[in-house]
Amino acid sequence: MMECERCHQRPAVIFLTEITNGQKRTMRLCEQCAREIQAESFGFLPQIDLHNFLAGLLHNEFNPPASGPAEPPAAGARCEACGLTEAQFARQGLLGCGECYKYFGERLEPVFRRIHGTTCHAGKVPERTGGRVKVVNRIERLKLEMKEAINREEFERAAQLRDSIRELEKELQQEDQAHASERNSE
Amino acid sequence: MPLKETLNNAHSHWMDGSGPEADIVISSRVRVARNLAQLPFPHLLSPQQAGQVIDAVRAAADSAAVREKAGELTVIRMNELTPVDRQILVEKHLISPDLLEDFERKAVVLREDEVLSVMINEEDHLRLQCLLPGLQLNEAWQLVNALDDGLEATLDYAFDEKLGYLTACPTNVGTGMRASVMLHLPGLVLVNQIRGVLAAISKLGLTVRGLYGEGTEAAGNLFQISNQITLGQAEEDIVAGLISVTRQLLGQERAAREALSRERKEQLADRVGRAYGVLKHACIMSSEEAMRLLSDLRLGINLEMIKNIPASLITELIVLTRPAFLVHAAGRELSPVERDVYRAKLIRRKIAAAQQC
Ligand SMILES: [Zn+2]
Ligand SMILES: [Zn+2]
Repeated sequence: MMECERCHQRPAVIFLTEITNGQKRTMRLCEQCAREIQAESFGFLPQIDLHNFLAGLLHNEFNPPASGPAEPPAAGARCEACGLTEAQFARQGLLGCGECYKYFGERLEPVFRRIHGTTCHAGKVPERTGGRVKVVNRIERLKLEMKEAINREEFERAAQLRDSIRELEKELQQEDQAHASERNSE
Repeated sequence: MPLKETLNNAHSHWMDGSGPEADIVISSRVRVARNLAQLPFPHLLSPQQAGQVIDAVRAAADSAAVREKAGELTVIRMNELTPVDRQILVEKHLISPDLLEDFERKAVVLREDEVLSVMINEEDHLRLQCLLPGLQLNEAWQLVNALDDGLEATLDYAFDEKLGYLTACPTNVGTGMRASVMLHLPGLVLVNQIRGVLAAISKLGLTVRGLYGEGTEAAGNLFQISNQITLGQAEEDIVAGLISVTRQLLGQERAAREALSRERKEQLADRVGRAYGVLKHACIMSSEEAMRLLSDLRLGINLEMIKNIPASLITELIVLTRPAFLVHAAGRELSPVERDVYRAKLIRRKIAAAQQC
């Protein structure tokens, strides 16, 4: 008889199931534990062990299978800002601070690619602290629009868009120059 | 005092059954994760630093920018609440159960109408949430977006040009957004198509959650669908994708309900009638039984087999009959048996009251 994964005492009769990317993960529970979980979180069920799942992914990433040349563990694999070590991270699946992304980022890229299919943010940029990303994104969007305008043979509109793009690019250049001279004067 | 009302009243705006497609979509929710640039993520914070985060958010929530964009907000530290009150916030879906662990370091920000809330020091420093009835994901995102803009006027977020918003769990990095809908799908369950449909959806970068009994149907026939991808898609695209899948599901659920009303008329009427009868007269009721019967009754109301009960009452009853609410309503601790008795009594009373209007 299968035992309950939560209390390890009673027999498991209820399967709590989560399906992600076509992969099914199931938690086998006894009636009482299922009832308790259900009572705790009606409707909005907790993500089953997402951290463990992620930790598994990371573990594979950080401990490549024995086949192939064994990579020596990266020296100084810890975040200098918060002190989180690679081992801690692989165990918990949680990073320690924003700086951790700089220290562990490269090793995380394959994981991002597997989960999200990409490694680049394409969404909101904070208004006040977003800086030049906001302008760069704006330019990208205008370029797309310009292409579409040309495809539709709306050349007047395309010319307007081209001018806006040039203006924004000039803005960026000036900003970069200002930054560079700031750095030189330091 | 708004907080008192929140705790005394089971009803919340998201339950009022008012949104579009409310016969199937119970609620829409958008959550975004944000972190402060200068401090370690919550699991590494010292108690003092945790207090610093709460103070910073409190100041931001009081700022003119936030008031203007999101309205009046109240900040409540979790240790100011009793255990039952904390549990009530979970049962109303205003906070996640994670906020109950290590609660001395945590806080919640609430708007009076409970549409907007912010969890402080959960897995991330801030988790902004908007919860609305029916299919209103765009609206929910716009409200969260405005609150986020208001908070960012004061707070320095951890943001990276390439990776976007930085989060404690690297699977949330990018938009930090989790959009979800809660769907009531009794039709697809009854015609035995639910597994196939949900398996297909899960291949689209979405996550489906439901509670299954072995070989039997899901308790309450409630399913939550949410986005899995947070990197490489704009918030608007994530929301649009989820809406389009939800619409697809709505079509299939409605088709299933129609087929049932056409080809299994008596069986359906019998099922709904039995649920109605038991809910109206039972004296002892477990929470699973209540969920199952309330699901059947809700289907009957949607199909206009039962006309004198509003569907919103069912959603309210589902929350009202959760353990902490029962304890709160009773004003004392209840044994499991007492709870089942109290639950049955509450349901009987509420249904009788609805029929008198
Ligand atoms: Zn158990
Ligand atoms: Zn770090």
